[in-house]
Amino acid sequence: MVRTYDAGQFDCIVVGAGHAGVEAALASARMGVKTLVLSINLDSIAMMPCNPSIGGTGKGHLVKEIDALGGEMGLNIDRSFVQSKMLNSSKGPAVHSLRAQADKNKYHTEMKRVLENTDNLYVKQGEVKELLIEDHVVKGVVTQTGARYLSKVVILATGTYLGSKIFIGDAILSSGPNGLSGSYDLVNNMQSHQFNLRRFKTGTPARIDARTLDYDEMEIQWGDKNYELFSFMNDHIELDELPCWLTYTNKNTHEVILSNLDKSGLFTGTIEGTGPRYCPSIETKLIRFTDKERHQLFIEPEGRDTHEMYVQGMSTSMSEDVQLAFMRTIPGLKRCEIMRPAYAIEYDCIDPLDLTLTLEVKSVQNLFSAGQFNGTSGYEEAAAQGIIAGINAALKVKEEPPFILDRSEAYIGVLIDDLVTKGTDEPYRMMTSRSEYRLLLRQDNADKRLTEKSYQIGLATEERYNRFKEKMQSIDVEMTRISTTTLKADHVNPILELLQIPTIVHGIKIIDLLKRPEIHYSHLTEIDASRPLDLAIDVMKQVEVSVKYEGYIKKQLAQVEKFKALEEKLIPEGIVYSSVDNLRLEARQKLDEIRPSSIGQASRISGVSPADISVLLVYIEQLKRKNND
Amino acid sequence: MITDTIVAISTPIGEGAIGIVRMSGPESFEILDAILKTNQSKLNHRELVYGHIIKDEKIIDEVMAVKMYAPKTYTKENMVEINCHGGILSVKEVLALCIIKGARLAEKGEFTQRAFLNGRIDLAQAESIMDLISAKTKTGFSVAMNQLDGVLSRKIKSIRNQLIATMAQIEVGIDYPEEDIEEITYQQIIDELIVVKDTLNQMLANAENGKIIREGLKTAIIGKPNVGKSSLMNALLKDSRAIVTEIAGTTRDLIEEFMNIGGIPIKLIDTAGIRETADIVEKIGVERSKAAFNEADLIIFMLNASEALTDEDLMLMSLVKDRHALVIINKTDLEIVIDEAYINSHFEDKIVIRTSLELEQGIEDVEKSIQEIVFGKQFEINNDEIVSNSRHIALLNLAYKNIVDAIHASNDRMPYDFIEVDIKDSITHLGHITGEAVEKDLLNSIFSNFCLGK
Repeated sequence: MVRTYDAGQFDCIVVGAGHAGVEAALASARMGVKTLVLSINLDSIAMMPCNPSIGGTGKGHLVKEIDALGGEMGLNIDRSFVQSKMLNSSKGPAVHSLRAQADKNKYHTEMKRVLENTDNLYVKQGEVKELLIEDHVVKGVVTQTGARYLSKVVILATGTYLGSKIFIGDAILSSGPNGLSGSYDLVNNMQSHQFNLRRFKTGTPARIDARTLDYDEMEIQWGDKNYELFSFMNDHIELDELPCWLTYTNKNTHEVILSNLDKSGLFTGTIEGTGPRYCPSIETKLIRFTDKERHQLFIEPEGRDTHEMYVQGMSTSMSEDVQLAFMRTIPGLKRCEIMRPAYAIEYDCIDPLDLTLTLEVKSVQNLFSAGQFNGTSGYEEAAAQGIIAGINAALKVKEEPPFILDRSEAYIGVLIDDLVTKGTDEPYRMMTSRSEYRLLLRQDNADKRLTEKSYQIGLATEERYNRFKEKMQSIDVEMTRISTTTLKADHVNPILELLQIPTIVHGIKIIDLLKRPEIHYSHLTEIDASRPLDLAIDVMKQVEVSVKYEGYIKKQLAQVEKFKALEEKLIPEGIVYSSVDNLRLEARQKLDEIRPSSIGQASRISGVSPADISVLLVYIEQLKRKNND
Repeated sequence: MITDTIVAISTPIGEGAIGIVRMSGPESFEILDAILKTNQSKLNHRELVYGHIIKDEKIIDEVMAVKMYAPKTYTKENMVEINCHGGILSVKEVLALCIIKGARLAEKGEFTQRAFLNGRIDLAQAESIMDLISAKTKTGFSVAMNQLDGVLSRKIKSIRNQLIATMAQIEVGIDYPEEDIEEITYQQIIDELIVVKDTLNQMLANAENGKIIREGLKTAIIGKPNVGKSSLMNALLKDSRAIVTEIAGTTRDLIEEFMNIGGIPIKLIDTAGIRETADIVEKIGVERSKAAFNEADLIIFMLNASEALTDEDLMLMSLVKDRHALVIINKTDLEIVIDEAYINSHFEDKIVIRTSLELEQGIEDVEKSIQEIVFGKQFEINNDEIVSNSRHIALLNLAYKNIVDAIHASNDRMPYDFIEVDIKDSITHLGHITGEAVEKDLLNSIFSNFCLGK
């Protein structure tokens, strides 16, 4: 037994300093709460153990939202990116998604520097082995070295470290990601507190040596020339861009893999965890899609100061020798050397149905959780939960009302509502199709949706708030200008002719011109004399989107209005569902398990029918009247 | 739920000289304004006005309508009542039109529920609403599906799956832009949507004639072989307004036809026979006939005038005795051998008529008798079924309109994510008929059809 000692008193303790942990710790400290963040190894703060990129479809939206709330992820990738691309730029504005390649080491060191320079934040190395819980209230944590830290709230962000196991062929290792040690004693401790733990699985491809690649055999991939940045706080950052490379698997590759399936942990039955459907291993892809003749692979740099290259599309749990054998069948990789092998990793996490919308654990007061521990996958999904858990933990310390974003306000709201209302049976990944109000939740207007709210609770800084206000004002001014400025027909028609669309007879207001699908701000530069020279691109974009897609946006706004009415119908906290006789048994059980906070949330629980909702509404009204009598 | 506008037929269907369609909720006035043509420029609180209900520029019915302004109404919401002509068709069409314009079919007791939730009625009254709602809940989720005919629900499901496949193709391009997957083109989207549009359009055209939506009085014709069951069916069909498709038959399937007799929608089922048999194939037919017989609202029992009563006849007579039934003695053109006096005494509470289908005699009597049985209140038509079918038609209509919009948007080369909004709405509307939600199906379709991932 290790002797324990009193190591100090904090308001908030964050367990883990991955992408969820750092956002949680920063949000809490920035809101003035004395915060301790504990990491198994300080050299793994904000480590990216898988792909060297931030953003992408749906995920890019999350990063923009985290930034709009005053989080760090957007700023940090802006400091450390080596290439940037707006995905889906040929499609509608709602699905434009920014993705940047990161210098992993820089991402880590920059984030560590931010943490170390944040007031109220204490950064310490230590592995938590025990949660101090008394009468269903968390009181603090104990580390492996015996340090006992007390606090008002604790946030768990254990990522893939909890009870983790690594699989490389028939090698099965008790290890955390990337050769770091896992966390095992905490599992036993949590089990003794009746946590509902389950096992999920994910994987990462091999890293290969850049000096052993034949670049002539691959296709070079550059990012956007006019790249955008993630943070609303940044205008422009100079970039010395690094390229990625594209290559493909072939028949030979597939033959090697298929003839060695007995060496994959996935098919020999040693892996029990549930993996995500959207990032299958290469062996799973071959088995499920037999008629696909080749699979594409992106070779991506891991940073500026390393030769390590990430092989995107090649996640596997095959043994090391097989990995090398099949990679060497691929154009560009024929003489490659593996620096780190691919592996599958299995870890413990909880069922997110055990959480509330503030990410507090229902069975233990003041204990919050975020990230992969909650059943998600991805840096961005983790960070998004981290900032919300951090905010709510801080608000709880300050005894202020909780901060919840709903499905109509943010992808973050969709993410958390999905998790705690519907649960998930595979690691959850954000996708734009998960949002029912996609046209409103665009990445370009995240600041408009969230910055004010964050400022109100004391997270977004004065500087951010002022910048935001200025932008909103410019949008208003520009909107008025284009609604009142008329352009002459003989100025406009040459442009229309060039675009081969019908010309006009009389003058036309700029706003009406912009409503036409084919016409953009850029077409009008020459003839739009009253346009201010310093009109920001951001502002033009906002104005154009709201003008061009007005009809659709209005439609969604009307849907949101109805949605909100149900979200605002709250269910009394102590409601005893077993005493609502007219509810069906299944509905009663589900409602009791999930304990939704509003009628809206209740209506999204699977197994709760509209008729059950009707019963519930009447019951709540009855309660209310009885209480008034 | 509490945010939308609900509509219902609030008078018993098929009875009385007028039928009332009632709406409550924020959009009730808007919906009335959209469907009512009247000389009155503004409808005042509680003022009854004369006008016409218009659909696609055609007059559906001549009505009296009234607006009642919140909060001085039963539900404390804006309310509308439309007094239509009685009978099933006109009320039903007005109801469907309200749904198409955005109202939702009210659940049982929902007007009263709103009255309670809005503070109008007292607690004691609320207890009875809870019972009413829960009576419905206990019957389970699949009410919507149960009322759907198998053929129709299969058809709707297949359309829905087609749309989900199209959407998955659009979605995979959006959520996985860098995967090695060929992106769907505008032309492909349009082509796929046009197929769906045409199918929906055809279903709607049929539904208008009451053909496809399996509604109406379930009426089974029984009797021993060669008694004239098929002849009766054909004769009634020839006389009635709607001629319909036959359900694709496997061996010994039942033949179902839909018709309209004197304003009563009828689903006529020609049974294969209910006798004991050793033949396996025939046994299946017999089982189905028995099921149809058991489920029928009305039985038409046929006897052959030219033969003495057989054991089979006697067995059927005892089965029919306690049912709503019309008894027909056919083949009166031949020499009459049957014991009519015995039949009349056995069926003293039932209508017994004579026909000669061969000579086309007595068919009018059959129709008249059916009307008499139905309107003579020997029993009630199942209101729920007729109403829920109006709801289905309205939902089909909405789904159809979404597809038209989506095609329009595709032609305009709107970004994919906008087109998808309309397709998703269409899938949602179809899902309201079949009782299925969108998201899970979509993700399943994406991950099972496309190879994705890092």
